[in-house]
Amino acid sequence: MSENLIQLFINDREVYASRGAMLIEVADQYDIRIPRFCYHKKLSVAANCRMCMVEVEKVPKALPACATPVAEGMKVYTHSPAALDAQKSTMEFLLINHPLDCPVCDQGGECELQDTAMGYGKDISRYTERKRVVADKDLGPLVSTDMTRCIHCTRCVRFGSEIAGIRELGATGRSEFMEIGTFVERSLSSELSGNVIDVCPVGALNAKPSRMQARSWEMLQMPGVAPHDGVGSNVYLHVLRDRVVRVVPRENDTLNETWISDRDRFSYEGVHTPDRAMLPLVRSDRKWHDSDWPDSLARVARHIGQYPAEQVGVLAAPHATLEELYLLQKLFRGLGVHNIDHRVRQTDFADQASMPLFPYLGQTIESFEHNDAVFLVGCDIRFEQPMIAHRMRKATARGCQVAALNPRELDFLFTSQVNWNLAPQNWLRALAEIAKCLPGDTLRQLPPALQELVELVSTSTFAQYIFDLLKQAGAASILMGAMSEAHPQASVLRAMGNFIASHVDANFGMLPQAGNSAGAWMSGVLPHRLPAGVPGPDPGLDAAGMLARPRKVFVLFNLEPEFDFASAPAALHAMHEAECVVVFSSYITDSMKEYADVILPVATFAETEGTYVNAEGRWQTVERAVAAPGQARPAWRVLRVLANNLGLEGFSYRSCEQVLEEIRKQFSQETRFQSSQYALGEVNLQPGAGGVYRVSDTPVYAVDNVVRRAASLQQTLLARPPHIAMCEQQARELGVLGERTVQVVQAGREMALELQLDEALPMECVWIQKSAHDMDTLGDAIAPVKIQGFAHD
Amino acid sequence: MSRIKNLIRSFTLLELLKGMRLTGRRFVSRKSTVQYPEEKTPQSPRFRGLHALRQYPGGEERCIGCKLCEAVCPALAITIDTEEREDGSRRTTRYDIDLFKCVYCGFCEEACPVDAIVETRVYEYAFLERGEQIMTKEMLLEVGRKHEDQIAADRSSKAFGY
Repeated sequence: MSENLIQLFINDREVYASRGAMLIEVADQYDIRIPRFCYHKKLSVAANCRMCMVEVEKVPKALPACATPVAEGMKVYTHSPAALDAQKSTMEFLLINHPLDCPVCDQGGECELQDTAMGYGKDISRYTERKRVVADKDLGPLVSTDMTRCIHCTRCVRFGSEIAGIRELGATGRSEFMEIGTFVERSLSSELSGNVIDVCPVGALNAKPSRMQARSWEMLQMPGVAPHDGVGSNVYLHVLRDRVVRVVPRENDTLNETWISDRDRFSYEGVHTPDRAMLPLVRSDRKWHDSDWPDSLARVARHIGQYPAEQVGVLAAPHATLEELYLLQKLFRGLGVHNIDHRVRQTDFADQASMPLFPYLGQTIESFEHNDAVFLVGCDIRFEQPMIAHRMRKATARGCQVAALNPRELDFLFTSQVNWNLAPQNWLRALAEIAKCLPGDTLRQLPPALQELVELVSTSTFAQYIFDLLKQAGAASILMGAMSEAHPQASVLRAMGNFIASHVDANFGMLPQAGNSAGAWMSGVLPHRLPAGVPGPDPGLDAAGMLARPRKVFVLFNLEPEFDFASAPAALHAMHEAECVVVFSSYITDSMKEYADVILPVATFAETEGTYVNAEGRWQTVERAVAAPGQARPAWRVLRVLANNLGLEGFSYRSCEQVLEEIRKQFSQETRFQSSQYALGEVNLQPGAGGVYRVSDTPVYAVDNVVRRAASLQQTLLARPPHIAMCEQQARELGVLGERTVQVVQAGREMALELQLDEALPMECVWIQKSAHDMDTLGDAIAPVKIQGFAHD
Repeated sequence: MSRIKNLIRSFTLLELLKGMRLTGRRFVSRKSTVQYPEEKTPQSPRFRGLHALRQYPGGEERCIGCKLCEAVCPALAITIDTEEREDGSRRTTRYDIDLFKCVYCGFCEEACPVDAIVETRVYEYAFLERGEQIMTKEMLLEVGRKHEDQIAADRSSKAFGY
């Protein structure tokens, strides 16, 4: 037996525990049930509900098991008369003020108070005085409140301060007058706020979008994977009569622990919307006609067959499943098409040959907790990858330092964070400054062009600080985020980041943005690579290339040109220019009806089986939770039939597993699977234009077509209306200070935007806020712009 | 010996007379047959016939959409959809009972925390078209309105333990 283990007895059963563990943890390990409300294994111990009272031998009074550390030879009784008496008394007090509204409470049937009352409550209340009534608080569109039901366990308060990093809920008043609420009436702004619904042991905090829609016992619980970020959080989809009613976390300590982000929790609302595509639609004589699968697929085969392969461009969504992406590229590669891509938000593809098998995180998600220093480049980690941000928050709580190079002051709610705010055209210089801190002979390993760049700069205080931070830390990481991916010189940023990381002994990681970006790389939805990273024979055009030189035929796979591309106007223009556009889509939009020729209705993530690969390269296969509406079908089936229509060999799959099996086989033969290292190769060194740059990120609730349709998420504070922001000095320099709206000109396109002053932005940089409903008609997310005021009348 | 006994029994028509004795007794005793539909058998206040949804005197429906009846129904005859009404209360948007599936066990009535779903004394109904057997919320409320006096009287009777 190890020295740290001590022996004790619970209910006369011999158990072993590590020193310092609390009684309740040990009891849980041995499946000895102690009732509790305030204790939560991922939160600190508050010991304020007094429900977990147990009897300990030689202690005169009952002790709370959640706050009593184990001791050698301790004899604990969880169900002795004394313990039961204490527990029942606590229960009686808790039920004094709790309303008897279980039949209308959404928590009914899965309520910890209800369950515990069955075991420890009295049949009839002895309390005849007035019950307490508490006014409900408005916590925004995601969390509904029934504060009279609250039993003051303070789990939600502790969740806010310990996990979300922002204390939005708190307790005011004492005893009978204690109330949980926001101190000032406002809605929750945390990207993890939905988790208070799960931690609340009673029905005080519940999910507003599914309020009063279903009872806990009538729903089917289907395991799923959330496809909206690179983590692939494990979730359960709760289904009632073929509709997803709510989503809750599926515990996985290596990915999302017991939490999920609001985006993963409420995105299901986008699955059941009136604009779902129900029937295959075809256009003939400029009119849209309802069609059926045989006819529409025959038409697609006929259309595609008319054009030479190099005139076909295939663009796929990176949140599709691995099987869908694999079949899509297999089908079109079978026709000789190599213009296949999923990197729709990227603009610089110079280093695509030197990329690893997929944009690898450089470590496991769990190991982020153990970093001592993290340097983020162009990354709003909190909204891009909420669960990775959570791991980093845990790391900062134990001393990890985070530095961030961003175009604006971004608050990640970490305990320690240094922000280096620079306009994006200066990021390259910033990384060069950091590299300059390396010894001279190391720098000679850089390509000559980059060496030159490093020689030109002189190290600033910030650069030196970040270099020292990374150099001195035991475990350090450099992470490239979404904004560095969308940067016009992303390849150079990656090359420099990787160079610095390898010479300061840091992990270099890229954050794949969508739920299956990694899977799209692996399955060969790329112009230059076949599945499993095998170099392709004949590199086709990348996503930007296809749009710049519009193909005659486009195949869009669950993408919306107005929102999913680096440059919305360029994408929309290319679609309009094309002679034939085939759209695989879960939704029908008005604009789609203008450019498309055939619309094939396909299933969303909840309606198809399939595999998702996350940022750490973990393959997660899930079953479908609900059936697709109308004639919509899982896309892998559609692609299989289409391939058979086209007379292609090797598409006789009978199940999705067979497709997955085929993909797996290619990996077992492929040794390159090991290569997760970024290799220094070609980069894009074209100097950027000077002047003021605009920057945008993809808003947290606009990342894919499902999230954009999640109505409740769109009502949150995080879904901000479009505007342009700049610091006061910048506005003065541009001569637009005091203007209400300004004219923004980017690459010849104009747009009028509301002006907001924001001191979080550095000079030479303006922030253009995108939204989920308004198309960005300007173009690339990071690009030089001209700004002028409107002449006053 | 037994043959002689049988012979006597046959010739004295003893069996016949025994039968006629029963007939004669029944002929003069009180009749239990009722002339349905002119006459009807008496019912218990706990009779389980056609379902009804009750309302409060002000017209507010009793049902709060807790779905306990749906959960307890052994024949899966009840289908309920709920939503939050404008005033914040939980209400049903759909309350269907499939009378072909229903086994009239009365569990729904017992499960109801607000005495909303009840089984009335009504048992004379028939369906001429397919689909008519689905009692919708409106139909159930209508039955409730029509028989509220009887329902209320039954429920306050001794048979219900009051």
